[in-house]
Amino acid sequence: MSVEPILRVRNLRRHFGGLAAVDEVSLEVEAGALHAVIGPNGAGKTTLIHLLAGDLAASGGAIFYGGRDVTGWTPERRSRLGIGRTYQRTNIFFAFTALENCRLAAQSRAPRPFHWWRAAASNEADLIRARRALDAAGLAPRADAIALTLSHGEQRQLEIAMCLATEPRLLLLDEPLAGMGAEESKAMIDLIARLAETHAVLLVEHDMDAVFQLAKVLTVMANGKVLAAGAPEAIRANREVQTAYLGALEDAP
Amino acid sequence: MTSISPPRPLLLAAVLALAFFPLAAPTFYLQLGAKIMILAIFALSLDLLVGHTGMISFGHAAYFGVAAYALALISPQYEAANLWLTLPAAIGVATLAALLVGFFVVRTGGVYFIMVTLAFAQMLYAVFHDTKIAGGSDGIYIYVRPKLTIAGWQPLDLENPAQFYYLALIFLVAVYVFLSRVLEAPFGRALAGIRLNERRMRSIGYPVFAYKLGAFTLAGALAGLAGYLAACQFGFVNPDILAWQQSGIVLMMVILGGMGRLHGAVLGAFFYVLLQEALSAQALLGAYAKHWQLALGGLIVLIVLVLPHGIGGVLEAALRRRSYRRMSRSGEIA
Amino acid sequence: MFYLIQLLNAVQYGLLLFLLSSGLTLIFGIMGVINLAHGSFYMIGAYLAYWLARLTGNFWLAIPLAIAIAFAIGLALETALIRRLYRRDHLYQVLLTFGLILVFEELRSIFFGDEVHGVATPAALDFSIPLTDTLSYPVYRLFVTAVCVAVAALLYWVIYRTRLGMMIRAGNSNREMAASLGINVPLLFTGVFAAGMALAALAGAVAAPISSVFPGMGNQILIVCFVVVVIGGIGSIHGALLASLAIGFADTLGKVIAAEYSAIAVYLVMALILLWRPQGIGNQA
Repeated sequence: MSVEPILRVRNLRRHFGGLAAVDEVSLEVEAGALHAVIGPNGAGKTTLIHLLAGDLAASGGAIFYGGRDVTGWTPERRSRLGIGRTYQRTNIFFAFTALENCRLAAQSRAPRPFHWWRAAASNEADLIRARRALDAAGLAPRADAIALTLSHGEQRQLEIAMCLATEPRLLLLDEPLAGMGAEESKAMIDLIARLAETHAVLLVEHDMDAVFQLAKVLTVMANGKVLAAGAPEAIRANREVQTAYLGALEDAP
Repeated sequence: MTSISPPRPLLLAAVLALAFFPLAAPTFYLQLGAKIMILAIFALSLDLLVGHTGMISFGHAAYFGVAAYALALISPQYEAANLWLTLPAAIGVATLAALLVGFFVVRTGGVYFIMVTLAFAQMLYAVFHDTKIAGGSDGIYIYVRPKLTIAGWQPLDLENPAQFYYLALIFLVAVYVFLSRVLEAPFGRALAGIRLNERRMRSIGYPVFAYKLGAFTLAGALAGLAGYLAACQFGFVNPDILAWQQSGIVLMMVILGGMGRLHGAVLGAFFYVLLQEALSAQALLGAYAKHWQLALGGLIVLIVLVLPHGIGGVLEAALRRRSYRRMSRSGEIA
Repeated sequence: MFYLIQLLNAVQYGLLLFLLSSGLTLIFGIMGVINLAHGSFYMIGAYLAYWLARLTGNFWLAIPLAIAIAFAIGLALETALIRRLYRRDHLYQVLLTFGLILVFEELRSIFFGDEVHGVATPAALDFSIPLTDTLSYPVYRLFVTAVCVAVAALLYWVIYRTRLGMMIRAGNSNREMAASLGINVPLLFTGVFAAGMALAALAGAVAAPISSVFPGMGNQILIVCFVVVVIGGIGSIHGALLASLAIGFADTLGKVIAAEYSAIAVYLVMALILLWRPQGIGNQA
């Protein structure tokens, strides 16, 4: 008797004109078992995240979240259901403080659009959620800094913190380590490992160290298709993957 | 965060100054003052859209004009209408118009949004100008201003210039306070987020279309309030009140004073009216005075090139330099 | 037969709109500038044609002169003002060009006054082709249609079949890349802008005998052009053509059915398109 995985993707397709950016991709993600998606540039990994988050409409196939068919849903509906996502290129509110970034994200859970007499910044529930998210991401000391003034690594942390402030069950992480140095990467990897224990996490990453440290399940994509999927050791030994990914896996621990 | 609004004492002083103004001023200046305050409400309503939510509407005069026409059409010909009936009705009509148009235009963005807001306003202009629904291009006169009575007692006689001035002042203060509350409320903070990054707002769970439509409708309602008051004051409504030039001018007021700041919208209305008076003063410019829009156009071009943050921005910069100098003198900054 | 006349009118108006809108959509697509003063150049072309025709007594001389003058004004405008708008927010582009409209309108008022002036149809084309015993169609209108078709064909040829057109399209998709390929982007932009203004002036000059010259003529048609660009999609010439013809038909049909409401018909079409395809007919989602 199997529990319904939090995320189930069936034969997902997306065309751009004649090009199939995502071609019959199927996968499953469960809580506690981080699922990484890897592949060469142009494999369709970011397109996949866009499809799962709702930024792009699918050309075919289905996406199930907690058993529900969310295939045609808007990004905001998916977010309210518990799907959170981060962006490959930092997409925060640069003019706001780190705290305000998270507070605004937290506010989405209890929007109160017609409460015009009380300042939003005074809402205790939102502030608690926001501070909790900042703490989890290790940004508590920088809460009052304007996001633009944060270092690149801190901004990437804020990306995740904002996502966490919406209290998601499923995390779609698009190259969270992009552009990070060794120190920052380690902190981020620790954070993701902790999150993976309590959330369902789909991780798209190029950093093979991180992938093999974190992933319990791997899917390899190339040219929009799934090349191979399964446990990390099996993937590492897979001939096809080695050919397509030429040496990248050999460097990993 | 840098101070977005002037300090409370300054605002209070400004309101008091405005309140005591009628005691010393001749009628002409009272009428000018009321005109400025009414246009300030109009500019405030647009600032909510443009400055705060980042939606550049080039057809905002439509809701201003629709409310004015509503008053003209509902008012009995030679009697005073009831303010308690006509004001909500006019604002209601403007709100409905904004909601309907918003439903179509809010789904677009960027340049498309600018163009379609203009187009819909032009459509309304065509309705009022080409058809006989409301007097066509001749317009409608409102011979008697509405009456404001509470159980038989009349607190303000709107035919009296000073008392009409106070009505305008009360509404301006009310709208200003209302908008400053709204901007700090969850709705206003969400609009601020939408202005910065719509895509992210959607991905953290905000129904952005609904919020933008809400902002558009609210702005339309407030523009309607201004339009109603303008019709009261001027006593005459014709299609020009909805014309695209009117939409352009209110947009200019918002920029002139400094966009995104509530006090900027008020300043913008103030400076615009002063400018208009100065440029069209026959005493100054003689025969060329009737071509004052030439100078206005030139000034707009200049302001866009040289003063992108408007006059409000210049004042703010000057104030910041003063406080910086003070701080460095007292040793707060090395 | 009556419907044939309406059909011809619709096509003529639609093609004239296309002439104007293609400049607008190109300038926006290539340079990212929304230019409200586009309508003013239509007016400038018309008034120049009126004035020069009276001055020289020769309509055929007036048109090329008007276009040349408009081109020169366009050059001056671009180098002095418009080029400062390329990197700026649309709001400032709207405001600055709005200021320009006010300036042009007042200059028109100072030099030509505020009355409506008729422009005499050139003698060579001042007759009508009989269609039936009672109905005939003015040849000049056919001439206008022919001019629009010719210019549209020229435009298509330049943009899709010449090196210049290739540079224009390159500048459209990627400014920096085009510059690094050695294309003098600023010069290109100046040229495209001035050409767009010359096109608008041509449209105004050629249409003057039909519409007369009157205050606000530029702004009136500008707004219709906006509708065309919204429906057709920004940057899309094909879309502009389809949309212009659609508007031409909607407007003419509207005038036939209910003259008072004909202006509204155009906006209703726009509203419907907005519901169906907000990005315009010519563009991808």
